[in-house]
Amino acid sequence: MLNVYLRFDFNTICKKIVQKTLTDLNLKFSMERFGEVHFMEKMSDAKFQQVTNSLSEFGISIVENQKSIVIEKIKEVINQMVFSDDRLAVKSSVYLSEKLNMSYGHISNLFSEITYTSIENYIIIQKIEYAKQLITNTTLTLTEIAFKLNYSSVAHLSTQFKNTTGLTPSAFQRIIQKRRSFLN
Amino acid sequence: MNQNPTYIILADDDEDDRMFFADAFKELKINTKISLMNDGVVLMDHLENNDAVLPNVIFLDLNMPKKSGMECLKEIKLNPKWKDIAIAIYSTSASEEDIEETFVQGANIYIKKPNDFKTLKKVLEDVVTINWQYQTSNLNRDNFLLRL
Repeated sequence: MLNVYLRFDFNTICKKIVQKTLTDLNLKFSMERFGEVHFMEKMSDAKFQQVTNSLSEFGISIVENQKSIVIEKIKEVINQMVFSDDRLAVKSSVYLSEKLNMSYGHISNLFSEITYTSIENYIIIQKIEYAKQLITNTTLTLTEIAFKLNYSSVAHLSTQFKNTTGLTPSAFQRIIQKRRSFLN
Repeated sequence: MNQNPTYIILADDDEDDRMFFADAFKELKINTKISLMNDGVVLMDHLENNDAVLPNVIFLDLNMPKKSGMECLKEIKLNPKWKDIAIAIYSTSASEEDIEETFVQGANIYIKKPNDFKTLKKVLEDVVTINWQYQTSNLNRDNFLLRL
């Protein structure tokens, strides 16, 4: 028996699925950043419905509300920021504001209004999410993970991990390992 | 973005606990719909009904007559139809063995029942808020563990 654990890059997966689905429907389009799709030709309502249905099979939905579109962009910029291996040269608030070309105050208010959580908290959730992936699927030590995720120290990462999940990184790792061997 | 309410089921044989639980959600700003079930048998019968709308989160009391929370957890995890439901254990026990065992069996959240209403509201709000992120933000459910 051989068990391998896969790490998924959701952006790449989603792009491929969208490209395949739209190509299969004989549409001319180009894919822009932030999940924006540009169609070269107008399409009938029936065709639009077909696109909606085909994408929904993959859990992909067309965002209609203007505010929700901005939120999706903010989330994507945050995810790129967190999951990139480059260390940030500027504070995350400056980075977001420059990337999105909006004031941080505006971004932050809009985000809290729509997602029920603050942007700071969302960034923490995503960083801890990345830490969980690294803890369970790589052999990196906690020290290496803390450095990779821009934490000033292992203690800082451990504290934030505990505050976010209620578990220490090592308890988390132990439970996931036990769960995997139990499921096998 | 999905703006449907978060649908939550609680299975608990204690009537007071069920009442406190439902009351705690009334003041939350996240839109929720709550169903209360008196024990594990009622819960599983409800889930097995094909017309039933599946919840986003199920809160399970561990100590229930007829069918315990642990038995419900095992049954739920065996059926792929229920794989997207987050399972929260809602128990008076805070034994490390219970906690670890339920997580290993597939629970996502472990809550020790708080002793006062204010803490209860805060804890449930935290659960619904983090679960909302799992519903809307590409987080990996396999890594969803939360102890409160």
